Amino acid sequence: MERPAWAPRSIDITVPSVSRMYDYYLGGSHNFEVDREAARRAMEFMPGLPKVMQSNRAFMRRAVRYAVAEGVTQFLDIGSGIPTFGNVHEVAQEADPEARVMYVDHDPVAVAHSKVVLEGNDRADVLAADLRKPREILGSDEVGRLIDLNRPVALLLVAILHFVEEADDPYGAVAELREALAPGSMLVLTHATYEGIPLPPERAEGAVDVYRDMRNPLIMRTRDEIARFFEGYDMVEPGLVPMPRWRPDTAPEDEDPYAFSGLAGVGRTA
Amino acid sequence: MSAEPDGPEGRLRRFATIWSRAVYPVTSTAATRPEFEERLLPVARRLSEALRARSFDAEAGRAAGAALVEAHCTDPEALGRTLDCVDAYLVLYCGDDGDRETLRTRSARLQHAMAAGFAQALRERTLAEQEAIAKAALEAQGVVAQALHATETRFRAVFEGAAIGIGIADLEGSILQVNGALSRMFGLTEQALLGRNVKDWTHPDDAPQTWRLYEELVSGEREHYHVEKAFHRPDGTVLWTNLTVSLLRDADGEPQYQLALMEDTTERRLLNLRLRYEATHDALTGLPNRTFFFERLEKALAARPGRRFGLCYLDLDGFKTVNDSLGHAAGDRLLVEVADRLQSCATAPGEMVARLGGDEFVALTTGPDTRRTVDELAGRIMNALLAPISIDGRELTVRGSIGIVEGPAGERSAAEVLRSADITMYRAKAAGGNRFELADPEADARAITRHGLTTALPTALDRGEFFIEYQPLVHLGDGSVRGAEALVRWLHPQHGVLSPDRFIPLAEHTGLIVPLGRWVLEQSVRQAREWRDANGGDALGPLRINVNLSPCQLTHPGLVQDTVEILERTGVAPDALCLEVTESALIGADDDLLKPLRRLAEMGVDIALDDFGTGYSNLANLRRLPVSVLKLDRSFTQSMQQFPADPVDLKIVEGIVSLAHSLDLAVTVEGVETGAQAEQLRILGCDTAQGWYYARPGPPERLHELALVDATG
Repeated sequence: MERPAWAPRSIDITVPSVSRMYDYYLGGSHNFEVDREAARRAMEFMPGLPKVMQSNRAFMRRAVRYAVAEGVTQFLDIGSGIPTFGNVHEVAQEADPEARVMYVDHDPVAVAHSKVVLEGNDRADVLAADLRKPREILGSDEVGRLIDLNRPVALLLVAILHFVEEADDPYGAVAELREALAPGSMLVLTHATYEGIPLPPERAEGAVDVYRDMRNPLIMRTRDEIARFFEGYDMVEPGLVPMPRWRPDTAPEDEDPYAFSGLAGVGRTA
Repeated sequence: MSAEPDGPEGRLRRFATIWSRAVYPVTSTAATRPEFEERLLPVARRLSEALRARSFDAEAGRAAGAALVEAHCTDPEALGRTLDCVDAYLVLYCGDDGDRETLRTRSARLQHAMAAGFAQALRERTLAEQEAIAKAALEAQGVVAQALHATETRFRAVFEGAAIGIGIADLEGSILQVNGALSRMFGLTEQALLGRNVKDWTHPDDAPQTWRLYEELVSGEREHYHVEKAFHRPDGTVLWTNLTVSLLRDADGEPQYQLALMEDTTERRLLNLRLRYEATHDALTGLPNRTFFFERLEKALAARPGRRFGLCYLDLDGFKTVNDSLGHAAGDRLLVEVADRLQSCATAPGEMVARLGGDEFVALTTGPDTRRTVDELAGRIMNALLAPISIDGRELTVRGSIGIVEGPAGERSAAEVLRSADITMYRAKAAGGNRFELADPEADARAITRHGLTTALPTALDRGEFFIEYQPLVHLGDGSVRGAEALVRWLHPQHGVLSPDRFIPLAEHTGLIVPLGRWVLEQSVRQAREWRDANGGDALGPLRINVNLSPCQLTHPGLVQDTVEILERTGVAPDALCLEVTESALIGADDDLLKPLRRLAEMGVDIALDDFGTGYSNLANLRRLPVSVLKLDRSFTQSMQQFPADPVDLKIVEGIVSLAHSLDLAVTVEGVETGAQAEQLRILGCDTAQGWYYARPGPPERLHELALVDATG
């Protein structure tokens, strides 16, 4: 078997993984002590981090339902991480049992775990690949089997682009994916930003430092920079907003202040 | 079920709402609070029923605890808030009108069970998730390991199968890994190579920078370098490689290993050497050729001050005769033998022998004391040629002439040195050959002039630098001037007046002799016309003019026509002209060559056979030739300067004169310097004479004066 380009030289579980930390924030136990330790350190600076994650999940849930309601039933979730609960396929297939979901992640542990979770679900699959190499995703057998690229796809880039540095050309990758997807496709995106964090920026930076020390830096982008990812898309109402304000089911005012840490938006191509 | 606010269902829902509000902030669920409340409602109903059931069962409490975990309320705070909520509101909203004390007891027991159920469910979930993630990690490890194994296998195959040698060493130079190609190149097994140190692999041919580059690399100052490098092989042969060494760093950028990629260039190098050898060596003798010699000479001349060089330029004497008489194959064998002998003469360091071409060889010596060594070298060469060379059973005696140039480095160019040697060699040859001569700047200058003259010749004619002197021809019978020989001179702007022997051979060589000869003929004939006009109707007839014809002119197709035109244009009768042709030019002459002479003779032009007696003097041949005059060479007259003259010489001259007269040929003698000579030659029957006794060559006016003196005397 050929070593895929994404595969690391080895799996080092002594190094924290962002997807296992994410799981920990969400109260899961799909994590190791290194992950928990890193997550706890980040939470020392931003105790509300779990709320940020929860808010991400809640937004994704609403966005998936919106997509199905708009007739888009194919989902490409890049950076899907460790599947725990309220996953895209659960939400989507609850709304439309025929919905198809392709998960993509470059963390081999996350991929291995997803495989177990998705066993027996022939309309959902996981692919080990990297957002920075869209061609490998689009050209993969897995995507070929599951997704009809001639029909609209909802591309989910939830809480992932802030892990892609400029040097790796995140805008290029997003544009390449947009080009490859059929008209009417959607981009569902959330991104970390200093705007809206209920803390002085110095505090938030402490959490950012934790990720940098893990050699998995968190790139905080401004609203304008985040908006640029939607180039070529028409923004769906209400545009790029703090996560709880995107088509809320309940009054956003009831949400935890931390839930507003991060911008969310959905765009659609004509 | 009704949802009347105050009905049991309404109260149950209020309990669920309070509960969900209490717990929701500490859950991780993605559901909204109302959705979350919907999930709690059935759990609340079971608790409510358990509270009021006839027989109490705590299982509902356990289930409720487990349900919380199921709803992703894994934070212990969710349990705490739940228990607070149950404790405060369950009996209140769900107790109906039962016994308060019993209800409170039951509520407490339900709370205990809920805590236990929550703890157990959370423990199971945690264990399951831990196991799942561990399994996933393990599986991922397996996938990666398998992939790595495949990559490594493939890399191994590339490493092993590569045609170029690959080796990895640590920064101390100790060899850690080599591939098959590298082992084969070195002719050593992998085992024998491992652990050896690359720093031991020095070679005398290492370029000066080789090990400096190495040090820079292992100290991390350089990422890679590329050199051509030789290695010793255990069998004593040399391995030549194109070597590229790269520094391998670890993930933190620290230098870790050195990677060597080497390509075996031994064969290519041998081929290059062979091509280089062929390009620099003479195919016949195997000696270095002109190219190679020039390289070495230039190197020797470019050496640092204080160094000297000595050069012997050898040309075999009479080699052409060997080639002509015995054939080229024999000539070649002779050259090979000579080459071998020369080679054995130059064995010291700094000495070399080369063949420049034909029968020309050079020997070079360098060092501080070439004044002595070059002399010895020339001596050895002369000695080496002493013993006859046996070719086809014949013993051939080989002689050579050597020109020696010796001097300090850095003063002259290779071309200048070689020209000087060439000139000196010709000097040795001119002195009789079989000797060596040392270069001498004056002699060089003269010879260099020859070169200069050759290049100046063509323009000299256009610039009118030539003029003609006339030497009278005197009738031995009455001493009267009968004519003159035209002798061309070159008034060179730098070198002054040059005699024909300085430039006629050059003119012959370059072909300029034809226009020059025509010019001389025309001038001379015009002069003859002037004399005739001046003399009026002289009793002795017009002064005749003798003009030399070179062998080149003889074969020139325009000879007859040019001569006729000149005679007609000037109005001079053909019998006033005598063309002198050397005997050697007519040796072996066939009818084609003789035809123009014959035509001229038929017209009345006299043909004189010049320098008679120096060549084969084939008397029988004289009959065939259209000549009317024999000019006896000066060597005959020289012997008559002594007194008494050699009787044998006298007899010979007498015989020639008698023979000539019997063939109806007039006889002219040259080089008459004394009256006694003149008298002797008159007695022997010679017809005319020329020489210093009468007059040296001079301007045409002088001849006119002499003739007038004659006429009046």
